[in-house]
Amino acid sequence: MDKKEFIARRVARELKDGDVVNLGIGLPTMVANHVPDTVNVFFQSENGFIGLGPAPEEGHEDPNIVNAGAQCVTILPGGVFFDSSISFGIIRGGHVDITVLGALQVDEKGNLANWMIPGKMVPGMGGAMDLVTGAKKVIIAMEHTVKGNHKILKECNLPLTAAGEVNLIVTEMGVLEVTEDGLLLKEINPEYTLEEVQAATEAKLIVDDNLKDMVV
Amino acid sequence: MNKIISMEEAIAHVKDGMTIMVGGFLGCGSPHRLIDALVEKGVKDLTLICNDSGFADIGVGKLVVNKQIRKLIASHIGTNRETGNQMNAGEMEVVLVPQGTLAEQVRAGGSGLGGFLTPTGVGTVVEEGKQKIEIDGKAYLLELPLRADIALIAGETIDKFGNIVYSGATRNFNHLMATAADTVIVEVEEVVEVGELDPNHVVTPGIFVDYIVNGGDK
Repeated sequence: MDKKEFIARRVARELKDGDVVNLGIGLPTMVANHVPDTVNVFFQSENGFIGLGPAPEEGHEDPNIVNAGAQCVTILPGGVFFDSSISFGIIRGGHVDITVLGALQVDEKGNLANWMIPGKMVPGMGGAMDLVTGAKKVIIAMEHTVKGNHKILKECNLPLTAAGEVNLIVTEMGVLEVTEDGLLLKEINPEYTLEEVQAATEAKLIVDDNLKDMVV
Repeated sequence: MNKIISMEEAIAHVKDGMTIMVGGFLGCGSPHRLIDALVEKGVKDLTLICNDSGFADIGVGKLVVNKQIRKLIASHIGTNRETGNQMNAGEMEVVLVPQGTLAEQVRAGGSGLGGFLTPTGVGTVVEEGKQKIEIDGKAYLLELPLRADIALIAGETIDKFGNIVYSGATRNFNHLMATAADTVIVEVEEVVEVGELDPNHVVTPGIFVDYIVNGGDK
C-alpha cells in the first residue's frame, strides 16, 4: 500500500456515523474511498452542497455538479444544494464535524500553513481559512516530511492559514494529537522506530503512555 | 417591462474601469457567453470580484488572459497561471480573501449591512489593517461589504420577470451577487412565462434582476 492510501485509510477511521465532513483536494479526497460501510457520513462540498457522492460513470457527467476542485461528481439521495453564503455559514458556524486538509507546515501549537509560499506559490486560501477556523475537528493528512525536510515544526514560518486550530495530524509514520503541552504521539506505524519518527519531526514529541500501533 | 435583451445590449452596459461581479466557481455556474462577449468587446481596467480567476480557457480566466482586469478580488487564483504572472509583474492588483468572507461581503453588500464580524483570518495576514473586535472573549475581524456596478450571473431557467431557478451547484455566488450590484444581468438556458415556475423552487427573486440574456434556444 502506498503512503497516501495508508494515510487516507487511517483518517477514514476517525469518521463517525452522522458526521458532516469536508475533504480538501488531493490526499484528503482519497479518504472518501475508505469509509467503512457501517459508517454513514455526509460529505460537504464548499462550492455548495451536502451529499457529495463518487465520480459519475463515464457519459453521465453533469457539468453543473462538480466538487471544489472542479471535478465532476454526483449528489447522493437526500443531498441538497445551496449558495456560498449558506455553505460557509455551515462551515464557520460549527456545523462541519471534521475537515481534512493537507499542509505545507503544521506546528506543535496547532498552527497551520497551507496556502502560500511567499515569492514562489500564491494560489490563495480558497475556503481553507474558514474550514480550519470553523470545523469542530481539524485533521491534517499528509506525508510526514517533504523531500527529507521537516513539515511538523516547533513553529511555522510560512504565512498561517489559522492559528491554533489543528487537532490531529495523520502521516505515514504515526498519529499525533495537538495538546496544550505539545504534540502527543498516540499511534506509531510499526514500520518505523520512535527515533525515526522523532528525527523526521522538528517539534519534540511527547510519547503517549498508551502508544498504539497505527492500524488501517 | 421587458427584461430580455440581446448579448450586444447586455455587454454595452459594461464600461472601462467598472467594478463587476461575476458568478461561478472555477467556471461552474459562470455566465460563459457573457464572458466571451466581454472578451470580444475588450473593455478594460475592470475591477473583478469573483470566487476565483478560473482557468486560462474557462470562465473569468479568459478576461485575465486578455489583460482586461486591473484589480481582482478573489479567494483562489491557483488554477490560472496567468493571474500569478500578472500579479508578480505588477500588472494586476490581487486581493485574496477567504472564500467564506468573500461570500459574506457580497451578501452584506446586497443586504444593507455595514459589515460583519468573522473569526476567519484572525492570527493570519488577513487581519492586517482590519479592526479586531472581541465578543465574549473571542476575537473577530470586522469585514466590510462589497458592491459592484454590474453583476454578471448565470441561471438555469428564468421567467420573464427574472425569477431564477438554478441547476446543481451553480448557484454558488450567483444568488448573492444578484443582490449586490447596481445593474444585474443574468444569462440563462431557458426563459419561461411568468407563472410557469413554482414559487417554491425559485431561489433568486426577480426583483433583483434588471436584464436577461437568453443563451439557450428556448
